Formats: sequence, structure tokens, C-alpha cells
Amino acid sequence: MSGPRRDPDLVRAYVRTGGRSRATRDLDLVTLVVAAKNPPKSNVTPQTMPPDARRVMGLCGRHGALSVAEIAAYLDLPPSVVKIVVSDLMDGGHADSPAPAETVPELSMLEEVLHGLRALAV
Amino acid sequence: MGSALSRSEQVAYVAETVTRSVKLLVAGNFGVGKTTFVGSVSEIKPLRTEETITEASVGVDDLAGLDGKTQTTVAMDFGRITVSASLALYLFGTPGQRRFLPMWDDLAKGALGALVLVDTRRLDHADEVLAVLEERGVPFAVAVNEFDGAARYPLEEIREALDLDPATPLTSVDARDRATCVAALITLVEFLFHRLESRP
Repeated sequence: MSGPRRDPDLVRAYVRTGGRSRATRDLDLVTLVVAAKNPPKSNVTPQTMPPDARRVMGLCGRHGALSVAEIAAYLDLPPSVVKIVVSDLMDGGHADSPAPAETVPELSMLEEVLHGLRALAV
Repeated sequence: MGSALSRSEQVAYVAETVTRSVKLLVAGNFGVGKTTFVGSVSEIKPLRTEETITEASVGVDDLAGLDGKTQTTVAMDFGRITVSASLALYLFGTPGQRRFLPMWDDLAKGALGALVLVDTRRLDHADEVLAVLEERGVPFAVAVNEFDGAARYPLEEIREALDLDPATPLTSVDARDRATCVAALITLVEFLFHRLESRP
């Protein structure tokens, strides 16, 4: 019998993210992330952020949106860690989604995907 | 900043007009052509992420001091297609083995559906991925990747061998050929659309 052990994944994420083992937000691999247009005026600036947060801000900074998975790939970080870092940045008002979440019915979404794919097939 | 990102010039950001995103899975076992498929249709150079997962060891004695679990790094390749001015479609190459289940939770959640790639030389390997998708309730279509030198079989025989539902679309692709890959994705999304449309 072995006693309860810490999940090493969580330990790793915990260390990397300064004490967080779970993201505060329900982010998906394809959630789009941009730097907030109006970041809060506070002591926290990209320069004073933890290294991973600084790297995420450097990537999303002023260039445009990327998905959580793309941020993970470009920064060589596990997506689980990126989710935690991005959640914190969103909570702090530094990062944002490109537009307020609008709920588009899945059927119209599929139709949109279908149109796009058919255009590629021409 | 600047120092934080030496590769910024290579980063392919989504178009400014894009505000929404969806994902499809390209599932299948190792070597079945998932990465090639994603590369054929993606508008960006396919990217790779790696996640370390803890998997239960199978067939290994639980030795004193060990907890019967091993660490595995699972790589996942993915690509992107901007399908409309405001919508980006992401395609995730998804390893089919059941032992990668921890990854599946993340991938399957919110996925519109999956295209399962199969290799006629290793059809039995598809059972596991099909079972995992069925368990998770992820709707799927199947595409036979026609490898050079692999024997060709009528699709009906393959359908029977895989014990597919009559409604499940089955097509064949050459994962290196963009047109056949796009056609397979269209078949999948048409299936997803009609499936949802006909739902009461």
C-alpha cells in the first residue's frame, strides 16, 4: 500500500505559478487571449510580474490574439500552466478575451465552419 | 520588453477581426498521420505543446515506495484555419490511446467533433480511440489514411471491420493531400450539422 502522494503535475504547476495549482477561470485550449486595452493602474506591471506571466504578456502584448494552446507552444510551457497564468492575468485586468463572450448557437457555428471549409475546397 | 520574445516575428497571430474560436479533434493512434493531416490543412505552421500526465502503470508490480504511476509526456500537434472573418477553427491531433485519458478531458470538452484517422494495416488499433470517443460523447467521422503500399479495401469492408454505425461517415484521405483532407473535414462537419439539426 502506498500512502497519499502529491500529484507531481500539480507540484510543478504550483511551483511555476507561485502557489496556484488550478486556474481560477474555466479556460479552454482555444480560448483567445489579448493584452487588456486598459490595464489597471497599479504597481503590477509586466516588468514586475513573475517570469511566466511576463513572457505571456510579452507574447500577447501588443501584437494580437493567440489561443491558450498557441501561447503554450510558443513559450514551451504546458497548457495547464498557461491556463493558470492567463487566469491570473485576466483576474488582474492585464489580459482579456478579444471580445465579450457572445453565445453563438452551435448550429450556426457549424454552418460557419462549413462555409469556411467549402471555400477552401474550391 | 523585447527580451521576453525573440521569436515574435515568427508568431502567427489570429486576424484582428477574429473574436471566437472552436476546435475539432483529429484523433488516431501513433503513426496514423495526424500530424501530416493537420499540417496539410493548417494555415499556420503546425505547433506542438507538451503536457506531462500521470498515468496508471499497467502490468507493473506495485513495488514498495512506488505508487504505481508513471509520468508521461504527451505531445499534441495542432493547426489553425480562419473559417470566417470572426471565427478561428483549431485542429488538434489527439493521441488515441486510452492511457492518455487525462489529456482527453481537456481536448474533448467543447470540441465540435472528431475525425478519426485509421490505417488499414492496423485497423484493430482504431477500436480504442473509437471507444474513448463514444464514452465521451464526442461525435465523429472516420477517414482511412491511404498509405503508399498499403492494401486498399472497399470502404464497406472497413466499415464492417470497425463495426461502425451506419450513420457514421467513412471516407478515405491521403493525409499529405490538402484537398482530400479538406473534403474529409467537410464530410465531418456536414455530419455534425445534420446531426444537430435533426435533433428534436
